[in-house]
Amino acid sequence: MLRYIAKRLLGMVPLLIGITFISFVVIHLAPGDPAQFIASMNPKLSETSYEKFVKMYDLDKPVLERYINWLGKFARFDFGESFSQDGKTVLEKIKERLPVTIWLNVAGLLLILVIALPLGVLSACYKDSIFDKGVTVFVFAGFAMPTFWLALLCMYYFGVIKGWFPISGLRSFNYEYLSTFGKIMDIVKHTFMPVVISVFGGLAGLSRFARNSMLDVLKEEYITAARARGISERKIIFKHALKNALLPVVTILGLSVPGLIGGSVIFESIFSIPGMGQLFYQSVMMRDYPVVMGVLVIGALLTLAGNLIADIAYAAVDPRIRYGAKKTD
Amino acid sequence: MKKIVFLLISVLCATILFGCGDKKNDNNVAEKRKEKGSVLGDALVTSSLGDASGLIYNITSDSASHDVARNIYNGLVMLDKDLNIVPDLAESWEISEDSKSIIFKLRKDVKWHDGAPFTADDVEFTYKFMIDSNTPTSYDADFLLVKEFSVIDPYTVKVSYDEPYAPALLSWGMAILPKHLLEGKEAAKSSLMREPVGTGPFKFKEWKSGETITLEANDEYFAGRPNLDRLIFRIIPDLNTTFMELLNGSVDIMGLTPTQWVKQTDTALFTNNYDKHTYLSPSYAYIGYNVKNPLFADKKVRQALSYATPKQEIIDGILFGEGVIANGPYKPGTIWHNDNVQKYDYDPEKAKKILAEAGWEETKGDGKLYKDGKPFTFTILTNQGNSVRTKIAETVQQSWRKIGITVDIRVLEWASFINEYIDKGKFDAVIMGWNIVVDPDPYDVWHSSKCGPKLLNFICYSNAEIDELIDKGKHVLDPTERKKYYDRFQEILAEEQPYTFLYVPNALIGLNNRFKGVKAAPAGLTYNIDEWYVPAKDQKYRFEK
Repeated sequence: MLRYIAKRLLGMVPLLIGITFISFVVIHLAPGDPAQFIASMNPKLSETSYEKFVKMYDLDKPVLERYINWLGKFARFDFGESFSQDGKTVLEKIKERLPVTIWLNVAGLLLILVIALPLGVLSACYKDSIFDKGVTVFVFAGFAMPTFWLALLCMYYFGVIKGWFPISGLRSFNYEYLSTFGKIMDIVKHTFMPVVISVFGGLAGLSRFARNSMLDVLKEEYITAARARGISERKIIFKHALKNALLPVVTILGLSVPGLIGGSVIFESIFSIPGMGQLFYQSVMMRDYPVVMGVLVIGALLTLAGNLIADIAYAAVDPRIRYGAKKTD
Repeated sequence: MKKIVFLLISVLCATILFGCGDKKNDNNVAEKRKEKGSVLGDALVTSSLGDASGLIYNITSDSASHDVARNIYNGLVMLDKDLNIVPDLAESWEISEDSKSIIFKLRKDVKWHDGAPFTADDVEFTYKFMIDSNTPTSYDADFLLVKEFSVIDPYTVKVSYDEPYAPALLSWGMAILPKHLLEGKEAAKSSLMREPVGTGPFKFKEWKSGETITLEANDEYFAGRPNLDRLIFRIIPDLNTTFMELLNGSVDIMGLTPTQWVKQTDTALFTNNYDKHTYLSPSYAYIGYNVKNPLFADKKVRQALSYATPKQEIIDGILFGEGVIANGPYKPGTIWHNDNVQKYDYDPEKAKKILAEAGWEETKGDGKLYKDGKPFTFTILTNQGNSVRTKIAETVQQSWRKIGITVDIRVLEWASFINEYIDKGKFDAVIMGWNIVVDPDPYDVWHSSKCGPKLLNFICYSNAEIDELIDKGKHVLDPTERKKYYDRFQEILAEEQPYTFLYVPNALIGLNNRFKGVKAAPAGLTYNIDEWYVPAKDQKYRFEK
């Protein structure tokens, strides 16, 4: 097992270099450069300022040379400084944004698990019933509806007309003056709408997955055998079928690890949530190469790690899968 | 010559008088406020589409940063509500007889937000900061022209130029920075980027990245404490959300789109709580023709296209009437604007006639114009994300088709638009806009030397007389005398039509009606934000000190 993990980890190094190289080249292929956004198309700016910024950001050097410089720094876990004028380092910028995004995504993911799994399992048990059909319509409606549109409708109804929830943002102005309980309530209130709407949009995938997986398991012979032994339907479903049906969910969870740090641009913009999605979008639009690379690399690292964790966890929960140990007989 | 000297002296007198007059006013500020029945307290919540990049005014260039920072700093001079140059940190100034140098007398009662006194050393530091090639600023041009900067005494400074330079005075409206906090430090990494210290009416309170920036009233402000306790800038990246936050009362002020202004603000919810303010915004939209393209080399073709452009229809249909027709690059109502120029009212018949004179005729009977067997067809480019420009493109496409011209429209992402097309001169015509800055010097956009990559005369228009007018106008300090050069410049532009000037839009502002003392003026709405107040019974936010 340890050998297997070490092998996988080693394999990641060339993979990571490949990913960063392609990303680096591709973002430099996009027309425009960061200096242009600071110093162009503005009559108030001086003529020499463009050249000044080009020099400041090393933009006059060839892409390959810049990539090698970047890689050298990255090997020492230095992501460099953002090109934007606030002079922060890339890590500082990411650190600022990460907690919010993780909090929203984890809350969303947990809610999706709690709601989608029972919905999927129950639809499988009551296949083709009114309940099953209703759930299908409900989750697909959520899947198909553009979230930004639903978000705007909800903001208008619950925010402007009813005034139950704040429309956007993370905290109230008087956040500092609230009691601890008040602070928690304030954050919960502010995150309620975004989380609920993103959960509504995300139910379909997991609930369909759970339903199909459950249906497959229910067709297995050992279920028929269990029924023949007269075990109660409740026990069959929750004790015999569920365990096996939920195995593939582990893979899905592993794959959703990188998603935890990524935010949706449209969603974050509408709800004014200063998260990773906005950071990434803005840095792409401003051609802030170090930040773009930083976010991409962290995403790539987490994807690779997520895959590895999923594979290992799979081995842990599924006795049929064992890595490394060969059959001795 | 005598006349010029006389005019200069009269300007001098005027400025000195102005200086004195203003000083008197300042002593009365506190009393004036009491008379008006204004009260202290409450906060104005405003919004911005993006987070500020930093709060040292002189080195940032995004509007989000400037909107916040302009409340924190002062320049030596500033603009009043009618865009006149008036004293700010300088209590008066004197322009030498040869017009080549300015002596600023500084106020003695000014303190930085941290309590340190403001002196001439700070001004000198700011000047050196601006011309230092290590300073990441884009605004060094005006300061690089200074020949000599000297501190005469702790409250007097003198700047000299090689030649009289008309925009010089206004250039000293640049924010003055605190020497004692910035000297010897790298500005972009200084803590002042996040926690600025200035001399202005509001001082920095707190900045939550990506959420809010809060400023609070400066009790020690030399012109009297502003009435509002706080200014809060919320970062809301989406305009629909901002509008709902406005309706909800969580944001107090917002620039509205023409659609919102006309169609979405007639509800009781809005009219009971908000006032609408409007003024002519300092910008104009235009269609620019690449004059290097043989198609547009003949001015008759450009004139014909202008005659065939339904400007009023564009204003009525796309802006819902919220704008005025533009005939040149200056804002109507300012002293620089010359209304006495050739105008191009919509007249397709006349356009056809002029095109026929230029050799473009319907020779094949298919309703299209041909010259030497080639059809009149070209592409209009504009940038993505501005639906107004796309709609303008569609409107002119329709109306030019009527006179036999076929036009394609391409909408491009901003960076590719500028880099691949504008900078390389690879375009026929573009729809764009310019901001109208206060100083009328049109050098950057209209001088023939400004044709090239990254330069602003990207249509490469070149006219010897205009070059001469621009070069001369820059060195004339007396506004009336200077105006003569720009009047002629506008006449030539109107005759030549390198741009089809479209319109100057109205700024459309929705503001919560609890704020009093608000009055739209040529300078906009927020120029007197330190005089706004909220009557005690209407105050919404309370803050503990």
